Amino acid sequence: MAKVTVDGIEVEVPNGSSVLQACEAAGKEIPRFCYHERLSVAGNCRMCLVEVERAPKPVASCAYPVMDGMKVFTDTPVVRNARRGVMEFLLINHPLDCPICDQGGECDLQDQAVGYGNGISRFHEPKRAVKDKYVGPLVKTVMTRCIQCTRCVRFAAEVAGVPELGATNRGENMEIGTYVEKALTSELSGNLIDICPVGALTSRPYAFVARPWELTKTDSIDVLDATGTPIRIDTRGAEVLRIMPRQDDDVNEEWMGDRGRFSFDGLKRKRLDRPWVKRDGKLKPATWEEAMVAVAEGFKGRVGGIVGDTVDAEAILALKSLLAGMGSANMDCRQDGAAIDGANRAHYLFNATIAGIEEADALLIIGGNPRTEAPVINARIRKAYLAGLKVGFVGAKGLDLTYRYTHLGEDPAALATDFLAGAQKPVVILSREALTRPDAKALLAQAWALANPTPDWNGFSLLHHFGGQVGALDLGFLPGQGGLDLAGMMAPGAVDALWLLGADGFDASAIPAGTFVVYQGHHGDAGAARADVILPGAAYTEKEGTWVNTEGRVQRAYAAVQPPGEAKPDWRILRAAAAALDVTVPFDTLEQLRAAHPLFSAQGLVRAEPGAAPVAGPAGTAAFAASSRNYWQAEPIGRASPTMAECAKVYMGSTPLLAAE
Amino acid sequence: MSEEPQSFAFDEESEKKIAEILARYPEPKKASGTIPLLYVVQKQMGRQTGSAWVPRVAMDAIAERLEIAPIRVYEVATFYFMFNTKKMGRYHLQVCGTTPCMLRGSDDVLRACKDAGHVSGYGATSPDGLFTMSEVECLGACVNAPILQVDDDYYEDMDYDSTVKLIEALKRGERPTPGSVIGRQTSAPEGGPMVLTGEEG
Repeated sequence: MAKVTVDGIEVEVPNGSSVLQACEAAGKEIPRFCYHERLSVAGNCRMCLVEVERAPKPVASCAYPVMDGMKVFTDTPVVRNARRGVMEFLLINHPLDCPICDQGGECDLQDQAVGYGNGISRFHEPKRAVKDKYVGPLVKTVMTRCIQCTRCVRFAAEVAGVPELGATNRGENMEIGTYVEKALTSELSGNLIDICPVGALTSRPYAFVARPWELTKTDSIDVLDATGTPIRIDTRGAEVLRIMPRQDDDVNEEWMGDRGRFSFDGLKRKRLDRPWVKRDGKLKPATWEEAMVAVAEGFKGRVGGIVGDTVDAEAILALKSLLAGMGSANMDCRQDGAAIDGANRAHYLFNATIAGIEEADALLIIGGNPRTEAPVINARIRKAYLAGLKVGFVGAKGLDLTYRYTHLGEDPAALATDFLAGAQKPVVILSREALTRPDAKALLAQAWALANPTPDWNGFSLLHHFGGQVGALDLGFLPGQGGLDLAGMMAPGAVDALWLLGADGFDASAIPAGTFVVYQGHHGDAGAARADVILPGAAYTEKEGTWVNTEGRVQRAYAAVQPPGEAKPDWRILRAAAAALDVTVPFDTLEQLRAAHPLFSAQGLVRAEPGAAPVAGPAGTAAFAASSRNYWQAEPIGRASPTMAECAKVYMGSTPLLAAE
Repeated sequence: MSEEPQSFAFDEESEKKIAEILARYPEPKKASGTIPLLYVVQKQMGRQTGSAWVPRVAMDAIAERLEIAPIRVYEVATFYFMFNTKKMGRYHLQVCGTTPCMLRGSDDVLRACKDAGHVSGYGATSPDGLFTMSEVECLGACVNAPILQVDDDYYEDMDYDSTVKLIEALKRGERPTPGSVIGRQTSAPEGGPMVLTGEEG
């Protein structure tokens, strides 16, 4: 530890800290542009100049290491003058277009110019102008505004692992760009918008849409992948205008995948905003009363329920109560047919935890492609890799995971490896995709054995794909005693009526003809096409709900906007349906519903004891398939989103089929 | 003017050179070879096409060889004036216009290049594709100002006439001996040595 005195305040900071960190520890604000705590230090903006005793001139505090007994001054005439000078230089080539700049109101340069700059400019010569660059369908560039802090260059190279941005030419002609015009091949490109301190990189879909001070901000959770990224939904009136990540060092640090950030324009398209009832073979608009009558008439006999991938836990529990009240044990939440029996929670959680990846000393990934399944978790793996973690991969050849890995093989035989031998904290990441194979049970048992969990360290980590999957498993939305699973319910004559709760991820056309189908959800996607009654539900931005991420972290989200039209929060629909069906369910309010299961009383990470190893099944030899997942259009909201459609077109080369999943 | 070639492959001579260059750096630090390899490419292009420049495909080839991201090579190549990222004429006339050369008559050299080489100005290439002229900063040979650098060779103590003569020679495919055009020995005084001539003075 080093003792540093900042403006007379004595603080102790670890050796190797920068002066800037010491100043922050002392509660002094240091202006900065290029410095970002999660990126390497560049020291090129010079805004963070401070005076250090016995230093001949002001020093850039972000790049200057502390020394014991150092005396730092952050508010002397020299410092103030230096910052004014730096600001004047930065503004020489910066256009005065704040009134038409999307960064206006949340711009570091704007704020700091007010705080540290001169009132006027002495520069009368022509300003330089830089041609805008194309870096993809999500990020809009206005390169004349760039102050060349190189945060984006460092983000792309260090965090996203796609070193495609750079500073070409020099001096007056220096430009940030890809040199060869192309879209940045990253699933994390939206974060460039957040880290850019000026308006050079802004959100393309959000261009000229709103000013930050007009927006209502609501805390929520990104449910479109299983990372459970905490988000802030910015709304104006009844419209979601943008989604931004919040910081949580245990989950996302401050990054977010592009799907969660940009697919919200799908919330305005292809929505189910009123009930529909099939009459004479055709779906016709109906009122809620008519729909409930139709449900009461049709949803009887042997019934079953299937829940989708992004449904909130409250709705899942409500459907489970409804089905249980009707005496049915036919339920399934595994649309992909993953072999998860739910008996032992540790068998389906990302037990190592996302932050735990950084503690690991060896990591083995089995199947799938973490880069498209959970880009933020993949970025965390890359961070650990840069710190020295060795990564092994069993799966399709030639995948670019943004870090180097040892490719151990393409088929399950490669799991007989000593890659993790000697590791104190091994992590085995098993893709949920691997559990959809016929030899899933054997893979699960093998992965568990490789991870060799102990009470102190459980490295077995199942990587789910969507935000609602773990919640449904935690609530036990699985075939009960004598109940049928998804495949069983698809058998002709197995059930008379099916309730699809946001279930769009399986082949709905396989539902036998004659089965009465109620589809409850928010998008007119695969499930709604097969329905006899459609009950319009709320999307994740429109309801208060609980989701559980792949680690088993219980997270609560709040409603940012009202559901469109006549759509309602899902648990209310199910409560009304229970009344229409004359089924007794043990709740009338959200509070009572939540009281019915211990899941809702928990907040944050809920770990699971390792317990017994999973039972192995027949082994297989088939190679792990190359993941054909379409990251941008993996679920109904993404499929309805024009932005995501453009991404899929740009990144996947051709317009993919709608149900590419 | 800059027609990007479709592909680039190192030829035998370059390969020999690359092996020699990369041997200088430890394997994990072979990115240090970026600048020497850019020179190798530029030379090879000069040999093969008569236009010494670095096309993008060649930069990609360098990146692949050095196992670095292509953008890192683009950054270096565009940073230094010595690498031409656009197609060049056969001869690269580099006129020094910094103060000592300017005082000693670099304006005449510039005028001669325009007149004899038919180059319209800095950055331009002559219609016959022989000459590309650029303005360079101090070449570090001020004692022999003004300087005209043709590709890698310095021609020193230039004036209008000698520049025209040089350019005419280049047009004929000749390469006059580099160095002082007035016969000075390096930077020794004009007309031969004045001191330490062996006679007591």
